[in-house]
This record gives sequence, structure tokens and C-alpha cells, in this order.
Amino acid sequence: MLKIGNKTFQSHFLLGTGKFKTLDIQKKAVEASGAEILTFAVRRMNIFKPDQPNFLEQLDLKKYTLLPNTAGSKTAEEAIRTARLAKASGLCDMIKVEIVGDDQTLLPDPFETLKACKVLLNEGFTVLPYVSDDLVLAQRLERVGVHAIMPGASPIGSGQGILNPVQLQMLTETVHVPVIVDAGIGSPADTALAMSLGAQGILLNSAVSRAKDPVKMARAMKLAIEAGRLGFEAGRIPRKAVAVPSSPTEGMSAIDQ
Amino acid sequence: MTVVLNGQSLDLPDYVRTIGSLLTHFHLEKKMIVIEKNGRIVEKPRYAEESVKGGDRIEIVHFVGGG
Repeated sequence: MLKIGNKTFQSHFLLGTGKFKTLDIQKKAVEASGAEILTFAVRRMNIFKPDQPNFLEQLDLKKYTLLPNTAGSKTAEEAIRTARLAKASGLCDMIKVEIVGDDQTLLPDPFETLKACKVLLNEGFTVLPYVSDDLVLAQRLERVGVHAIMPGASPIGSGQGILNPVQLQMLTETVHVPVIVDAGIGSPADTALAMSLGAQGILLNSAVSRAKDPVKMARAMKLAIEAGRLGFEAGRIPRKAVAVPSSPTEGMSAIDQ
Repeated sequence: MTVVLNGQSLDLPDYVRTIGSLLTHFHLEKKMIVIEKNGRIVEKPRYAEESVKGGDRIEIVHFVGGG
């Protein structure tokens, strides 16, 4: 079970809704993922083409919790404005604070992110900041009251996986709000690793939407999340430098010489 | 009357005097949208009475796919 703010979810999978080839594939992928939280971006509407298909309008909104993002923002002010617009839809009070500080790497700006989180928390939002895997920043954010920490595993859309598992584990062992790995996941193996290091959720988009078979990949990710989580809860064995036999070393039936 | 709608300067017919009639004009009444006028969000219950005047800067946004 994943608890974010005052909401609980059975699924630990948060799925992005960008870059799917067709709405049909997207619908099937969402179904296969079992995700209960879906992310969206807020953008200007093309008022001259109001009938362009929109995924959100085809969703059963009773089944899903919407997590709009502030993607495209470079300052706290821009992110706060986008968050307010999203909330005014009346569809959600969660916000993924995403403030990019560097256009090349799309890495988040920690200072603007902290600033935006403080304001949005005061306004009653459920706040999930996208951040680097920096422990001290995560602690600062936790202290101001964010509802989850969402560290990137590697740059957005890169599919490079967990670049720093040690840092990720330190994060999950230190902060008390859910750590949701957001960005950089490429394969189900990455997902399982993140979950087995104590992450409580995975937010991904491209790894599913750009896969050769997005529907199958959505299911693979779902299973990897479950496997990783179970593995974490079960507790892995400690690593040892030498071999330890699994079979008894005594009682061997010997060949008579 | 000319307004700036989603960053674009647009001439609107005379019957567009409120946000409500603006939405009717563009066939957006049933869309899941959020409206901002001159930097301030217009809540849905106010659409019918919120005026639209020449020079207003209006933003109409919605949710699109994103991660």
C-alpha cells in the first residue's frame, strides 16, 4: 500500500501519459499497468481545434487520481501558477513540482523547487517534488512538509536506470515520506532494483510509452514493481565475500576406497 | 473587440461579453478547461458573469499527456 498525504493506493505505479503513439495503445497500457495515479501536463488549449482527442476526457476519473506536473517551469513562480491552474480544474489537489534548472540535462532546480513547495503546501496542495537524489535536499523538503520525495534515477527520458543505487538507498532509509523514483527508468530491471532498495513507488513514462510494445511493457513494469517491493519487504540476504554452501557439508555418502 | 487569447491577438464578435459567451463562441462549454483572465483564475461558477473586455489577456488551458 502506498500512502501519499491523506490518500492510499494499492498500486505503487505512477504512470505518465505523454508520448503514446495512439490513444488506444495508451488506454490499454494504463489498464495493463494497474496504475492508480496518472500524471498530466498543463498546456494552452488549441481553441480552434477543440475536438482534438484528449486522453483525459476518455478516462473514468473515479478510477484514477490525477497528478498534474509543472513541467516547463523554470522558476517557483511559474510552477506555482501552473499548480493553481491545475487545481482550479477541480479534478485534483496533488501536484508534481517539476522545475527544470538546466535545459541540457533537465535536472531540477533545488532552490526554486523548495521555494515552490513551501508556497503550495501553505495553499493546501499535496506536494510531490521531482528532485535530484540529494539526501540533504530531501530532508529539507521533508521538514517543510512535502508528501513524497521523487528523485530522478537518471536524466528524464534517458532510460539510463539507477545511476546511483547507494544514494537512492540512503534516501529511502532516511526520509519518512514515500520515496518515488521519478525519471530515468529504462527497463523492468531498473524498476525492480529501485523498489528493492526501498522506493515506495515508481513514476515513469517514456519507458512504457516509447517501448516497442507499450502494453506489454506496462505489465512488465507492474510485475517488476511488485517483485521489487516484495523483495524489499522480504529482506535480502547480506552480501558475503566468500561462498557459503547451500547443501549440508556433513553426512556425505563416500565411495569406499 | 480585441483580446489576447492564449498569447494570440484575436477579434471577437460583439456578443462575446463574458467568459461564458466566449466559451460558447469557441464551442468549449463542455471541455475540461481552466481559464485565467489577466493573471487571475476565473472559477467555473463565475463564467456567466465574468466580463470580457477589449485588451483582456485570457488563457485557456487544459490537461495534456505528460510525465
